[in-house]
Amino acid sequence: MHSPADKSPALIELKAVSKIYGAGMAEVRALDSVDLSIDDGEFVAIMGPSGSGKSTAMNMLGCLDRPSSGRYLFKGVDVGALSRNQRALLRRHYLGFVFQGFNLLARTSAVENVELPLIYRGIAAAPRRRQAMKALAHVGLAGREHHSPGELSGGQQQRVAIARAIATRPAVLLADEPTGNLDTKTSLEIMELLERLNRDEGLTVIMVTHEAEMAAYAGRIIHFLDGRIDHDATNRDAA
Amino acid sequence: MFFETLKLAIQAIARNPLRSFLTVLGIVIGVGAVIAMVTIGNGTTARVAADIAKLGSNLLFVRPGQFGPGRSSAEAKPFNARDIAALKTQLHRARAVAPAAQTIVTAIYGTESRNTTISGTDNDFFTALDWQLTQGRSFLEGEIRSGRAACIIGETVRDELFGNAEALGQRIRVNKVSCEVIGLLAAKGQSSFGTDRDDIIVMPLRTFQRRIAGNTNITAIYISARDGVQTAKVQADIERLLRERRNIGPGAEDDFSVRDMKEVAQTLTATTTVLTGLLGAVAGVSLLVGGIGIMNIMLVSVTERTREIGIRLAIGAQESQVLLQFLVEAIVLSLFGGVIGIMAGLGIAALATRAIQIPFVLDPMIVFFAFAFSALVGVLFGYFPARRAARLNPIDALRHE
Repeated sequence: MHSPADKSPALIELKAVSKIYGAGMAEVRALDSVDLSIDDGEFVAIMGPSGSGKSTAMNMLGCLDRPSSGRYLFKGVDVGALSRNQRALLRRHYLGFVFQGFNLLARTSAVENVELPLIYRGIAAAPRRRQAMKALAHVGLAGREHHSPGELSGGQQQRVAIARAIATRPAVLLADEPTGNLDTKTSLEIMELLERLNRDEGLTVIMVTHEAEMAAYAGRIIHFLDGRIDHDATNRDAA
Repeated sequence: MFFETLKLAIQAIARNPLRSFLTVLGIVIGVGAVIAMVTIGNGTTARVAADIAKLGSNLLFVRPGQFGPGRSSAEAKPFNARDIAALKTQLHRARAVAPAAQTIVTAIYGTESRNTTISGTDNDFFTALDWQLTQGRSFLEGEIRSGRAACIIGETVRDELFGNAEALGQRIRVNKVSCEVIGLLAAKGQSSFGTDRDDIIVMPLRTFQRRIAGNTNITAIYISARDGVQTAKVQADIERLLRERRNIGPGAEDDFSVRDMKEVAQTLTATTTVLTGLLGAVAGVSLLVGGIGIMNIMLVSVTERTREIGIRLAIGAQESQVLLQFLVEAIVLSLFGGVIGIMAGLGIAALATRAIQIPFVLDPMIVFFAFAFSALVGVLFGYFPARRAARLNPIDALRHE
């Protein structure tokens, strides 16, 4: 999946990407001609006040939304030119998502939640179960595989969500406020997990957060303001 | 991939037992109610038709006065023995002409007693009404002429008075008359009007007139037409003869009436057909209510389902895969509910038809229609909200409250 034969050196490249909602006087430029390049293996934190465009940028990077103008190249492929189904396939094979609200299926065991993306990849039952169990062990949930979300704490639920995201060995893990619903201690544990995945396995992590404490784990911090990149710097404090 | 989808759908059904149960319940009630009601209605119609056949074929019923509101046969002149003699000799198209006079009496045997109907008549009564004897014999010519106290009793009277004891040859008291039981009538069961036709004692007309009624009135005549003869022709013959005998001038109204039991039968059949239609309408309402139930459950669960759809889309499911899963879910639930509904409907119909003693008449079209309607509602309301959700941007679907 991380093919070195890719022509474009950057994993993700935004070129003058704008996203406009509404029309005429009510027009809102959620993204205003943003240029951004993210390489394989980076840990990027996106920060900014609400309405700054950071969530729109996240949806764009996650191929959940299409730019109004400009080009988004993922591994050199122009995402804007892809159909809904093609973008679904791109998410299936290259992206993993972690949300603020966990978004696990209710009344469904942890291991079945983790298996879900593997089902859509068409992996047979036995290897699928093995891969899901491995992913759960990887996030420190060995022994909790058959608990349903209702029986797990917030931090544990977010770990299940992370296991679900990494079970498919994606190229990029996109995390939207992953610690927004968690207390500080649990938040730090989740951040350590993300940092470990980035450092030990070379997983590219892109995370939206409004907490500087969490952003501090990232190797690069991008600040959004009014739909533009206000500030983009390497974080020297990160390990 | 299809098997995976089927598995996903079944897992989703099993994970939401309450929702699944309520959906299935709606379908079960709809399908079950329609099948039960229509089957019971059809059974009633069939029962009435069978009763009418049992009434005696080609039967005409004559009585003094006119039928209708405000008219009473009591005011009109009753028939007499000479009328009967004339009818018996001159009606060539009739097979049997039975005079009858009736009243209510108390029948006593030992310590048992019963209030019952007694009919004074002759042997043509059994021919006209197509009524067989299970034991004993009909009246002898001498008994009819002399007015001997001999009676033939219906099954209900026999059971009430004698129970398991032998009835034939015993003497019962009918009012103050002691009367020998010479024959037992075959059970006829309830009439379509709900009266017990076996609650009857039959004795010779003359005996009845002399010892029970104290007059020579004949208040009814049963006439059956010969096979292959149109009852309308026999009816015309009867009317002509009786007008002549009762001195009714041309243009004057009849002071008696002749009823073709076939017409009564047709009226009754028409009534039960209306009844079946009515039951069907009630069942249709149940079906509709069941459908609305399914609809509600499906729409209420849409919020939760929308988030689920968002999750599936975000992790790489294609719209078509999500929709296929929801469609399969709706089909599985509808099939399941439909099969249970059919079984429940048929079960209720079987019990009810046995309880009220009507035949079990199954209409496969109704089974199919009820099932198709419920399944359609289930599938439509399972599928279309899901389709709307699957077309949302996954992020919007995830944020759906």
